[in-house]
Amino acid sequence: MDTLLLSRIQFGANISFHILFPTITIALGWVLLFFKLRFSATGDRKWMDAYMFWVKVFALSFAMGVVSGITMSFQFGTNWPGFMETVGNVAGPLLAYEVLTAFFLEAVFLGIMLFGASRVKPWVHTFATFLVAFGTTMSTFWIIVLNSWMHTPQGFELREGVVFATDWFDIIFNPSMPYRFVHMMLASFLTVAFLVAGISALRMLWGDKGEDVKSALRVGIISASALIPLQILAGDLHGLNTLEHQPAKVAAMEANWETGPNVPLVLFAIPDDETRSNKFELSIPNGASLILTHKKDGVVPGLNDFVTADGEVRHPRVAPVFFSFRIMVGTGFAMLALSWGGLVLLRKYGAGKMPKLALFAFCAMSFSGWIATLAGWYTTEIGRQPWLVQGVLTTKAAVGDVPAGMVLSTLIGYLIIYAILIVVYIFVITYLARKATRGEPYSIRRYPRGGEASVAPLQAGA
Amino acid sequence: MDYFGDPNVWLPWTFAALMSFSILIYVVLDGFDLGVGLLMPLANDDEKDRLVASIGPFWDANETWLVLAIGLLLVAFPPAHGVILTALYLPVFVMLLGLILRGVSFEMRAKAPIAQKPMWNFAFFAGSLLASLSQGFMLGMYIMGLTWTLPHVAFAMITAVFLTVGYSFIGAAWLIWKTSDELQKHAIKWAKGGIWGLVLGIGAISMATPFVSKRIFERWFDFPQILYLSPFPIASGALVIFLWWSLARLPLKNDRLSWTPFTAAVGLFTLAYCGMAYSFYPYVVPEQITIYEAASAPESLFIILFGTLFVLPAIFGYTLLSYYIFRGKATELRYD
Ligand code: HDD
Ligand code: HEM
Ligand code: HEM
Repeated sequence: MDTLLLSRIQFGANISFHILFPTITIALGWVLLFFKLRFSATGDRKWMDAYMFWVKVFALSFAMGVVSGITMSFQFGTNWPGFMETVGNVAGPLLAYEVLTAFFLEAVFLGIMLFGASRVKPWVHTFATFLVAFGTTMSTFWIIVLNSWMHTPQGFELREGVVFATDWFDIIFNPSMPYRFVHMMLASFLTVAFLVAGISALRMLWGDKGEDVKSALRVGIISASALIPLQILAGDLHGLNTLEHQPAKVAAMEANWETGPNVPLVLFAIPDDETRSNKFELSIPNGASLILTHKKDGVVPGLNDFVTADGEVRHPRVAPVFFSFRIMVGTGFAMLALSWGGLVLLRKYGAGKMPKLALFAFCAMSFSGWIATLAGWYTTEIGRQPWLVQGVLTTKAAVGDVPAGMVLSTLIGYLIIYAILIVVYIFVITYLARKATRGEPYSIRRYPRGGEASVAPLQAGA
Repeated sequence: MDYFGDPNVWLPWTFAALMSFSILIYVVLDGFDLGVGLLMPLANDDEKDRLVASIGPFWDANETWLVLAIGLLLVAFPPAHGVILTALYLPVFVMLLGLILRGVSFEMRAKAPIAQKPMWNFAFFAGSLLASLSQGFMLGMYIMGLTWTLPHVAFAMITAVFLTVGYSFIGAAWLIWKTSDELQKHAIKWAKGGIWGLVLGIGAISMATPFVSKRIFERWFDFPQILYLSPFPIASGALVIFLWWSLARLPLKNDRLSWTPFTAAVGLFTLAYCGMAYSFYPYVVPEQITIYEAASAPESLFIILFGTLFVLPAIFGYTLLSYYIFRGKATELRYD
């Protein structure tokens, strides 16, 4: 294996590991703020208990996000020096703004949010929680701006092969940015909604009848069922946008080889890059034309358009794009079915008496958001190949000349540590749930609400 | 050269200054919390919790300065970023591994089952050790011009050890400030054990640096430049003497002066760092690429500078706020 392939695998592994934790922290920050505000408004202890449980998950996920994120920021230099040399004039300011406006905000107020409750006024603590949530959202915004610019670049000119920015408004509001940002934020909220519902269901199965667990389950199910239709809508619009700007990607997503009207929607197939055709195809007539152009005889681009006269292939490998797209959409519809089913049961039985089977189903779907998110990113990123920046820079041109053996050894190192950490992470979350179920108190302190005088904290030691 | 007229001159300079500044802040801030991690094995179980508590609210923000420094190198001097990071590929990997281990075990030691706590404590120490050693190693390699020859690697190994001991010293100095009673006495003992690392480290780097190139040698020893440099060794010497003196006397009644070792340590780090910056300027990759050759397009640098001017003061503001909120002796870390 050569340096290019190894570096790609390593980058893919690192960012896949990283994105798992941001997807949780981005939305969980807002959910925590919601719990906190509910507590301030009602004074009901259950909201604070829910806060206390989920803040632990948040702290843990945040730490994982930070350490894997630091790894990411070194990747550009260690493995993709060509990236910054070519598009640094655009990518640089965007990354710098992310660090300046988002990372410091998150990192500093995280300390106050986690450990400051007994040292500051309640509203300051609530405000710190808000700033952390706001910071994660800002960082999503900036990194998504950069990433969508890589898919739909504009607002720049090339001088001697180097990109120079000409219009920052065009760069930031590039055509795919709004779709990608909305789709990613919704993905994050859905991931958290299913995580909250799933872990709460787990605790109920273990016999926890706490009010906080029931409320968390309700919050999870209701928000999931509200958001999933929006996500499907956003995904559809996103696809139309991609059709306009990256037709080769859409052709790969649909495994459509020939451009033409009345293209069927392929439900299942094994796309073969050698023979340039699908095996075992199962499809709905006119389906793809209907979805992508909303007309039965709409023209859908085919992969054969993206092969140059001398046989050079200028489209991504088909199978990975095709399958990961189906995994994402499949998970999306599974989420739709489960959350709406859950909503009906919730209305009928109430959170306390949900049937066992439904609770099992939610447990099983706890981490479904991760699967859909990763599948979505694979669709997007692999679908952009062979380009790194669409039409500007190929992936091959950006790779650094580090010896392959060196990349291989670090890759193995990363994979081992990531595998261990994922297992430990999931184990500790379930352990925390188990501990909470056993009813160990979260706190011996009486929480002051905004407006009330704060009670002197009972603190051991100094 | 017209300094304020030509953005191709003052922009790279400004960004080099910003970058050096964030590296310095990183070294001091993460220096103390890595140092506290290095001291873990010396503490008993109770003390371990307090060690971690003393850095709990800060470590994440401290590491963000590394991200900023690397980010500035990346955005302002892209070619240098590529050269430096590909040359330091393996030590960077080891550092990242260390930082991952440490960040994760920080959370895990408090959340995983109690039986696993010793293991996570060890991982916390091991992560801190890997990160410190690799940073020291990279420092040495950088001084030697990023070429992997045997003598250079040997030198880098030496700086690795010294920087690690130096971090443990500033960590101990931090603990003297943030703890009390028995633990404070222990920290004083640890600081006495660590100060030699700092002195030898600064000494070794100062001995080696002028011989890296003729240019630096002249900058150090030619008249009148030698006069510009002379305050550095004199001030450093004074700080070291002060530290020796104060460590022998602490703790004082009412905790007087417990903040001084940390402040003096910050002073020492700063002096050593400024001395290095003075020697290497204007090169960003020693003796190969200057900051002027490596700089990005002025348009892009302007955009960043504009943001920085607004945001940096805010960052300082809320960083100070957080140190203010968590002032005083470290107490148990709790979420409520
Ligand atoms: C959609 C969101 C998203 C995406 C695609 C990325 N990140 Fe990220 N990143 C976050 C969302 C995020 C976050 C939510 O803001 C994190 C997660 C946990 C945290 O502390 O902040 C974060 C943390 C984080 C940190 C640590 C910040 C700190 O010290 O507080 C760094 C250095 C990066 N990221 C860098 C990157 C790079 C170089 C990426 C791409 C190649 C990247 N991230 C993709
Ligand atoms: C967070 C979710 C993301 C995931 C899961 C993801 C995943 C991937 C994957 C799997 C590849 C490999 C494609 C291939 O080589 O076939 C890739 C490529 C790449 N992506 Fe992303 N990506 C994400 C976000 C980003 C962002 C935000 C950026 C930059 C700002 C980015 C920059 C790159 C670069 C530089 C490559 C080229 C290296 C390579 O081909 O492996 N990615 N990504
Ligand atoms: C079920 C209907 C869905 C549709 C039609 C849909 C559509 C799409 C499309 C077309 C893309 C590729 C964008 C591109 O061309 O670059 C995409 C990417 C993505 N999808 Fe989905 N999606 C759906 C559900 C989901 C769900 C349920 C999640 C996660 C919870 C999700 C998460 C993502 C992510 C993270 C990306 C990559 C980032 C981006 O490009 O926005 N999607 N989706």
